[in-house]
Amino acid sequence: MATHTTNPYSDAILSAAADATETTTKTVSMPIGIPGYTLHEEKRTVPTSEPPVLPVNKDLDYIGKSPERWDGNAKVTGRARYTADVQLPGMLYARFVNASIPHGKILSIDTSAAESHPGVKGVHVIELLLGAAVLHDPSLERSKYPIVRYAGQPIAAVAATTPQAAEEAAAKVRVKYEALPFVVDADLAREPNAPLVFPGAADQAGTAGGGGSASGIPQTGNVHGPSVRKHGDAEQGFKDADVIVDARYTTQVQTHSALETHGVVADWKPELLTVYASTQGTASVREELAGFFRLPKSQVRVITEFMGGGFGAKFGAGNPGVVAAELSRKTGAPVHLMLNREEEHLSVGNRPSSDQRLRIGAKKDGTITAIQLISYGTAGCGTGAGCAGPATNLYKWASLHTEENDVFINAGPAAAFRAPGHPQGAFALEQSIDELAARLNLDLLDLRDRIDENPVRRVQRQIIRESALWKSRNPRPNADPGPIKRGVGLSQSVWYRHLSMNCGAEVRVHKDGSVEVLSAVQDIGSGIKTVLAQILAEQFGVPPGKVSVKIGDTNYPVGPNSGGSVTTASLTPAVRDAAWQAAQKFLASVAPALGAAPADLTLTGGMVRSVSGKFQPVPFRTAAAKMNTDEVSAQAKRIPDYDPSKYDTYGGVDIAEVSVDTEAGRIHVKRVLAVHDCGRPMNPAQIISQINGGVIQGISYTLFEHRLLDPNYGIMVNSNLDKYKIAGSYEVPQIEVQLTESYIGQSSTDASGIGEAAGIISAAAAIGNAVYNATGVRIRQLPMTPAVVLAALNQPQPSMESL
Amino acid sequence: MNSFTLADCSTVEAALSQLKDGAIVKAGGVDLLDRMKNGTDTPTRLVNIRNISTLRGIHSTPQGLTIGALTTLAEVADDPTIRTQYTLLADACGHAATPHIRNMATLGGNLLQQLQCWYYRSAEFQCLRKGKELCFAFSGLNQYHAIMDYGGCPSVAPSSGAVALLALDASVELTSAAKGKRIVTIRDFYLQPDANPHRFHVMAADELLTAIHIPKPAPGTRSAYQKYGEKESHDWAIADAGILLEMDSNLCRRAVVAMGAASPVVRRSHEAEAALTGKPITHETARAAGQASMTGAMPLSMNAYKVQLFPVAIYRTILLAAGQMDRDPSAAG
Repeated sequence: MATHTTNPYSDAILSAAADATETTTKTVSMPIGIPGYTLHEEKRTVPTSEPPVLPVNKDLDYIGKSPERWDGNAKVTGRARYTADVQLPGMLYARFVNASIPHGKILSIDTSAAESHPGVKGVHVIELLLGAAVLHDPSLERSKYPIVRYAGQPIAAVAATTPQAAEEAAAKVRVKYEALPFVVDADLAREPNAPLVFPGAADQAGTAGGGGSASGIPQTGNVHGPSVRKHGDAEQGFKDADVIVDARYTTQVQTHSALETHGVVADWKPELLTVYASTQGTASVREELAGFFRLPKSQVRVITEFMGGGFGAKFGAGNPGVVAAELSRKTGAPVHLMLNREEEHLSVGNRPSSDQRLRIGAKKDGTITAIQLISYGTAGCGTGAGCAGPATNLYKWASLHTEENDVFINAGPAAAFRAPGHPQGAFALEQSIDELAARLNLDLLDLRDRIDENPVRRVQRQIIRESALWKSRNPRPNADPGPIKRGVGLSQSVWYRHLSMNCGAEVRVHKDGSVEVLSAVQDIGSGIKTVLAQILAEQFGVPPGKVSVKIGDTNYPVGPNSGGSVTTASLTPAVRDAAWQAAQKFLASVAPALGAAPADLTLTGGMVRSVSGKFQPVPFRTAAAKMNTDEVSAQAKRIPDYDPSKYDTYGGVDIAEVSVDTEAGRIHVKRVLAVHDCGRPMNPAQIISQINGGVIQGISYTLFEHRLLDPNYGIMVNSNLDKYKIAGSYEVPQIEVQLTESYIGQSSTDASGIGEAAGIISAAAAIGNAVYNATGVRIRQLPMTPAVVLAALNQPQPSMESL
Repeated sequence: MNSFTLADCSTVEAALSQLKDGAIVKAGGVDLLDRMKNGTDTPTRLVNIRNISTLRGIHSTPQGLTIGALTTLAEVADDPTIRTQYTLLADACGHAATPHIRNMATLGGNLLQQLQCWYYRSAEFQCLRKGKELCFAFSGLNQYHAIMDYGGCPSVAPSSGAVALLALDASVELTSAAKGKRIVTIRDFYLQPDANPHRFHVMAADELLTAIHIPKPAPGTRSAYQKYGEKESHDWAIADAGILLEMDSNLCRRAVVAMGAASPVVRRSHEAEAALTGKPITHETARAAGQASMTGAMPLSMNAYKVQLFPVAIYRTILLAAGQMDRDPSAAG
């Protein structure tokens, strides 16, 4: 019985492996497993050019420690320059003109009044819209302009000398529509006579962060699906089951709501298009702009000095990037185009909703005989609402049957959002697994020990089992007598070892002893700058704060697009390899002056040493002055994982303590214990920060966030950060994070990222299970607002769990 | 946001002379900035009164208290006299919005903030209160809307300060260049939507709200205010309760039960008050008052939960006022 994984990156891994040229190899012994639990050594065959095996974190000076965030000072003092802060000589400001109706054909666009508005330098009307799904057969719609499929869809843009002039002029663009019937409710959209969002089959391309739809999926009306996976005979599996849990779960649409909105500053010059972008992928922005404008990639430069969050919605140039470049080309001036908060909610992505029917069949001992998940979800006028990942990949099963359906509605297209599909899927799966445990009269952790084969989560469950918070849990639901009831709930999560092979770095050593690393990779806030500085620090013995980190610029070697938790796993081995190779060149460069053969020299602990003891160790900086050239450098790219036969997942086990006010309908999350793994933790403080953020974002998703579309007019009514509710400081619980240091022997750093597995996957399910523990009532609907909680409590369910 | 001119005034007289040609007054600017950004208001002239020092401050008088209209919510909430003798006003001001906003927002501005209905606040919807015929909330999304006394507009009263001041029988002082000063009780200050859908209160365009007068509470008065939102941090009330109890030893001589988030204009529940008057304050009488407060409730399609929530807010706030319960952890921090 094998679990199966949906892995958008596996093709890239395989092809990269196939491309790898024959190299000489060596066999090395690597640490594998979890220190304190399962640590041991295993052999790996690796290219000879690979650096020595890195010992476990406790034996290192800089890697695995938590030095000050490399750019923390620049951020907290306001020196950090984000895209919105970029000011170029002669720069213009642009504003979009957006659709005011949810569905319609544009008959005419009159830009004359806008063009003659004082200060206006250029107007651009969009003829090719990016982001939404596109018809397979475009001839089904005859229209000069893109069909409007959601209120807020960009139609045109105006560039002017001031933001005010651009906004005033944008309001003067006159758009005439032929309104078409629309549907903004995913249930209504599934009905036979529902207005059609697309007149024929349509698909959305994914991004570097995932999302989009698989090819060859059927479409009936607004229902794009099902995407079917069948392993084994689920029908038989349910017949074989002693117990079947069967439930429906619904989750809402969440918008990304990054602190920094989408936007660019585009500067079109004949020889070079330079774009400052708030992006998760400098490479993806260059790719899309070069493709759109048919420019050589060498004539497109993308710069991301600092980045205010993306969560999956910021890949590629998108409409803002393309439109700003168009306006810059037309006006001959740099163009600044940042979305406002309303546009951010409407047009640049969201997490799809879900409506899931989940059935799990099991034997008395907990063995799962069948899992069946039929899901419908809306990604607006895009696709990517599948949520079968957890049901497919968390537990072993004898048979699996999943059908995922996208439901088109007249709303902005979804985009990849932190662990696409997984918070939705885990919300259903992990509540049903708890329900199964109760039906089988099994302990929640014991059942998971039986059905979860992942060795890291086994250790994590043991940590949970021994925690004071778990021990404080009363296993009997609804045990507290008063109106305010306490509960503790658990959920597991799973994410995958995704890699980007388009990934490299250069490391330079200068004669003055300074070292620098260069890569086009962007720091989306998770702290890759600090991690790269730590790698060089470890190699050269220079404190991380003294290392120069130059990233976020496509002038440097191509970096990974930061989605799917790939950045650390993909880039850090390339940087370590480059640092190691630069160090060897450095030793060769100082060998003559030190009177030793290069092979006799090592650089460890910041000292150049003679293996044969020819001279006393020389500090790195002193030795550097003896280089026979001003600079040595080495470039390295990511090589395939050492053992491609192994495919690892990451995840964690989270528990949440809630208090449920059964009269006021209010859930308060008081404490969270999050036990997570991501391979070798490169910088624990930064990883813990990401998990803190994931937990908070997960609580926010569970209790508050909800994109609300008016059913009669198709317009989002809470497109701000006042009535689109996001957790604030009072909603942040006491969060304790425990990292599980885990080695798998796959690369020269053996590290991975944590962005997806960082708590957002499990929060809703852990809270749902905690609410059940507190009240004896299951809430299978998000967000769990007082209205939802009171409605659930008013109708005590026929509790299958007490059977 | 449209372009506008700004008249910066440092005296009441100067400000009054600027109140013409559709000018809008800016005090703390908190609500006004939102309205200008979302296009609800498009003034071409702003009159900044923020720097009129004579309108800021809290003064005890033989009759009670006079609070300058520009006194910030934070100053009201932190004032020792208000905290001890007018407790529910300190509660209401101290739990509004966020600490940052409470440092900027003024008590006068809090009373004059406009409806929070998302249809009213959206430039896309030209609703009844903006001079058109239609209300979009009845057939649309109304989970945060009114459950009673709504007439043609179910947007709820946004000001928590007004709930407390209604319970305290407070009045506002309105000043104009032409007529000088006049005093209007909070009860009479706000207009029911059906009285005139396009006006929210009785203040004229040439008037400035200059002060709030609060009579001295009777001996034995205890009071409290609590607000319930979906979130504790920075959220609007889905239920709230301003409670004032005049106690004769253990009997309640007079009770005031005031609510904001139930109706378009802050209201008192005489049914709830009757359930307490002449009785001791106990869990039973408090809960009975909570239930009585929903007499006449007619929830909309999505807000029946508020009919369940208000009685909870009210009974718990009665017990808080009576010293029989701590501040509710489910109420906004």
